[in-house]
Amino acid sequence: MNDTATLPGFADPVHDAQRAFRALLDALARPGRIHRLPPPLRAVPGLGPAAAALALTLVDFETPVWLAPSCAPAAGFLRFHCGCPIVTEPEQAAFAFACGFAELPVLERFALGTEEEPERAATLVVEAAALGEGRALRLRGPGIAGECRTHIGGLDDEWLAARAMLHALYPCGLDLFVTCAERVCGLPRTTRIEPPCAPAEA
Amino acid sequence: MHEAGYNFAYLDEQTKRAIRRGLLKAVAIPGHQVPFASREMPLPYGWGTGGIQLTAALLGREDVLKVIDQGADDTTNAVSIRRFFARTAGVATTTRVVEATLIQTRHRIPEAPLAEGQIVVFQVPIPEPLRWMEASERETRRMHALKEYGLMHVSLYEDVARHGRIAKTYDYPVMVAGRYLMSPSPIPKFDNPKLDRSPALQLFGAGRERRLYAVPPYTEVNSLDFDDHPFTVERWSQPCALCGATDSYLDEIITDDAGTRMLVCSDTDHCGARRAERPAEECTP
Repeated sequence: MNDTATLPGFADPVHDAQRAFRALLDALARPGRIHRLPPPLRAVPGLGPAAAALALTLVDFETPVWLAPSCAPAAGFLRFHCGCPIVTEPEQAAFAFACGFAELPVLERFALGTEEEPERAATLVVEAAALGEGRALRLRGPGIAGECRTHIGGLDDEWLAARAMLHALYPCGLDLFVTCAERVCGLPRTTRIEPPCAPAEA
Repeated sequence: MHEAGYNFAYLDEQTKRAIRRGLLKAVAIPGHQVPFASREMPLPYGWGTGGIQLTAALLGREDVLKVIDQGADDTTNAVSIRRFFARTAGVATTTRVVEATLIQTRHRIPEAPLAEGQIVVFQVPIPEPLRWMEASERETRRMHALKEYGLMHVSLYEDVARHGRIAKTYDYPVMVAGRYLMSPSPIPKFDNPKLDRSPALQLFGAGRERRLYAVPPYTEVNSLDFDDHPFTVERWSQPCALCGATDSYLDEIITDDAGTRMLVCSDTDHCGARRAERPAEECTP
């Protein structure tokens, strides 16, 4: 379990974290655009390079982390580099990491924030089967001029419908980063994936 | 190179991380004020400490920074903040909007159109638009939670009843993405239309009040008004005395003890660029 603690983090902690943050900020400010994050020096078991970079950039002792079963090997790495508590209940987590959407529990189990403090909602980081290819999605909302398209692999209708249910709770909701190897795409709670089953187009 | 003895861009990494998390949540909830643990900075509150902390959390070695104060690149606040980051982060600085990747501003939005990939950081003294009507933070938070903004409409209506028009000329309240009432910081209402669907990412930092908030690109920002008193911006009867611009925000400058006045562009970069483009003889006032 603690084996991963000895793995190195960023080659240049200050500047790699800054570059990763700017990519994440732009990813969330312009949903659907795919960005590349500076990876950690070595592969981290349980996390893709982008997910590990996100953790090194944003996670610390103030942000409890929930790990899906296949991300569990990264617990030692996260404890050592980020100093974050690892929690077993999704509702306690500020960040949740999963490999594939099927690994996530019912979304309402995560902290969705409150009407007065919607910023207390969790951020989900999900490693997708593919990014930039796979299922075509149409996105609308703040950060998007009109509408845009993106492709995410491994998303099913059921999960998209469950996410769409959260729109009624706005400003509460969940913010999502979809990662795939070194790439990341942001889907904040304001982004509407409409219609959920858009036909794939070239 | 940045000056030794400091972390890159002055703030420590843990503070930056907390601000970065706050900024991501602010982007995810456009117009909502996110609390953050504002630090003591080497200049007093009211001099742009909120904006500086946001800039410090954002800034990277490749960034080109522009800082403006009331539109001008050469006023005390702008010069000292620009110099602060040139020393603590070693970043390139500029006065040209087109060259800048990051623009920190006090009380103006540049006249030149902003582009995708640019970030504007606003210095905010009072982030809460309802504060002058409701002193309690608990109450104003509740109002935002319930989207209960009647008080602001009443305040604007009282203006109409008293003055025949909405008298607010700066810090003119806006609705962001149809959900949150937001203070655009004390920019003149002339700049409000530039907030709407801007291709740039707009971030707001209030150091003393410990709040940050954001307007993502291409997000609808509407200035509050009434059907019979629509929102309008300032107009001037004369063009800029230096560059002849008729479409920019003008400042009144008193030029001697006799009270002689001239109207000139508040955006010095815009005015200078326009004068540089034109033949010399046309520029004389």
